[in-house]
Amino acid sequence: MAVRILPQGTAARREMAWFWFFVGPWVFGFFVFTLGPILASAYLSFTRYNGLRGNPRWIGFDNYTNLMDNPIFWKSLQVSAYYTVLSVPLGIFFSLMLALTLNQRVPFLGVFRTLFYLPSIMPAVAATLLFVWLLNPQFGILNYFIRTLIGPEGLIPLGVNGPNWLQDQRWVIPSFTLISLWGFGGGMLIYLSALQGVPTHLYEAATIDGAGYIKRFWHVTLPMISPVILFTTITGVIGSFQVFTQAWVINGGTGAPNYQSMFYVLYLFVNAFRRNRMGVAAAQAWVLFLVVLVLTVFFLWASRRFVYYESESGGRF
Amino acid sequence: MAGISSTQQYPQRTGLRASLRNQKYQERALSIFCTVLLIVGALIILFPIGWMISTSLKTRFEAVQFPPTWIPLNPQWHNYRDALLNPANPFPRYFYNTMYYSLSVMVAEMVSCAFIAYGFARLRAPGKDALFLLVLATLMLPAQVTLIPQYILFTKLNGINFLGLDWINSYTPLIVPHLFGSSYLIFLLRQFYRGLPRDYEEAGLIDGANYFGIWWRIILPLSLPALGAVAILSFMYHYQDFLGPLIYINENVKYPLSLGLQQFRAPFGGTVYHLLMAASLAVVIPPIIVFFLAQRFFIQGIVVSGVKG
Repeated sequence: MAVRILPQGTAARREMAWFWFFVGPWVFGFFVFTLGPILASAYLSFTRYNGLRGNPRWIGFDNYTNLMDNPIFWKSLQVSAYYTVLSVPLGIFFSLMLALTLNQRVPFLGVFRTLFYLPSIMPAVAATLLFVWLLNPQFGILNYFIRTLIGPEGLIPLGVNGPNWLQDQRWVIPSFTLISLWGFGGGMLIYLSALQGVPTHLYEAATIDGAGYIKRFWHVTLPMISPVILFTTITGVIGSFQVFTQAWVINGGTGAPNYQSMFYVLYLFVNAFRRNRMGVAAAQAWVLFLVVLVLTVFFLWASRRFVYYESESGGRF
Repeated sequence: MAGISSTQQYPQRTGLRASLRNQKYQERALSIFCTVLLIVGALIILFPIGWMISTSLKTRFEAVQFPPTWIPLNPQWHNYRDALLNPANPFPRYFYNTMYYSLSVMVAEMVSCAFIAYGFARLRAPGKDALFLLVLATLMLPAQVTLIPQYILFTKLNGINFLGLDWINSYTPLIVPHLFGSSYLIFLLRQFYRGLPRDYEEAGLIDGANYFGIWWRIILPLSLPALGAVAILSFMYHYQDFLGPLIYINENVKYPLSLGLQQFRAPFGGTVYHLLMAASLAVVIPPIIVFFLAQRFFIQGIVVSGVKG
């Protein structure tokens, strides 16, 4: 098919040289800013080092064994896991529902799409500060709504008072989840385009076979978009284990109240850059790396039965 | 067997026509239901932004008054001046720093990713697929793993005054790594490049151009829409970057907006919400404007990398 001017061998060799010319910068960056640091981080995790002066001192597995005995470390893992379990499924559920709704014949599709997407482009710091204000126990508008609707003297006097949200041990992670859910329009874009990629003839065939909306969703839509759901689940889990900005803006690294919002990466950051315990933080980073790796492999393995790929070859790479 | 199925099919066919008509009504009802649902949802989603605007125009007293006023009695436009032009929190300076940072990274990423993606998309070499898998694998890598050694690396470079630049309390360490591409954007551009016909290379080679010339003169001009998506995604991401500057920048006048805004809260103990909301709103407006101007590129970028991932 291809017209070759030079003999096969020479052209191929020339093309190969050009390939390395183009990807060379990435390869250099990979060694200097990714692979090198990964290995350095592994080494540092076996040392004591303050990152300022002196050299790292080898202490074997001490950082790891100390972490295993450190209740705050376990707390941070638990906080991040709880947040992940709460925010990822809810986020996917709402994004998918929104995409399904937008995928019906509704007017002003573009306008709705933009409006729902708007919170996702808000800078994280600004969005977080906004929610600190909305969720303020005394002056926040959310508790005002709760009080007027179902408070002791509310419209429906159920005697329910709003919780202290970010200052309440039991409500702090649900509050963080609420903040993340505000951006659920972000996932909607991806689902919407996946839904629009489902061939209509499948729906027509299912309709003729007598399938209603629910059956069509269950047997056509869901299998067809399952790879996208898998992708968003994995990236969502990885992302929620790395939550930092919101937590730092809200509690400044204290994990208040009572370490209930001491997110994993927050504690890592505090150890690295506030207490200058680089070795400990490197060990924390490696544990995180392993947790993320295990979760990713688990999702890929567990999804084999549920995810449908149209072509076996994939044709992705 | 054939006889049975044909007698069974006949009544089903008349039923089908009725059910199709029925379905049309169902569809209309569903469409109305969905529209109502969307309007209610949009109001809930937009309420916080409305409340932000409302609070930003109130007096300190009115902001915490009960019952709350929905529309400020007497809009305090000077709140914006008070919040943004306070010498203790030089927001114009923060804005300049943010622009310097996010635009530098944007240009660095556009050039490097376009260059690198071309190799991955259109040139053949043994080991290419394995190398590209490595690119994708770095997407899954938590940034925290490389964070600490990178920080130590840059402090060392600062110690020896490498290339005569400041590597700490400067944006240099936050910009330089992007000169070597970012996996996510390389992936996005590669997807786009692969959609272009292979004939461009053939024709270019016949005309005596080399691959660099083909990339520069043919492929790059053709990929402007994809580069637009890269530019927007990169800008939006670094405009709001918080962790990077928090680690490397330690001087108030060098802060970006994200750090300036966060620090703005502290001196008041988090209580002066009317000024805080005014400052937040000012920080939010530039990305919203960019989003509205370049929505098409932006959505395209997200969709390409999300769905085809």
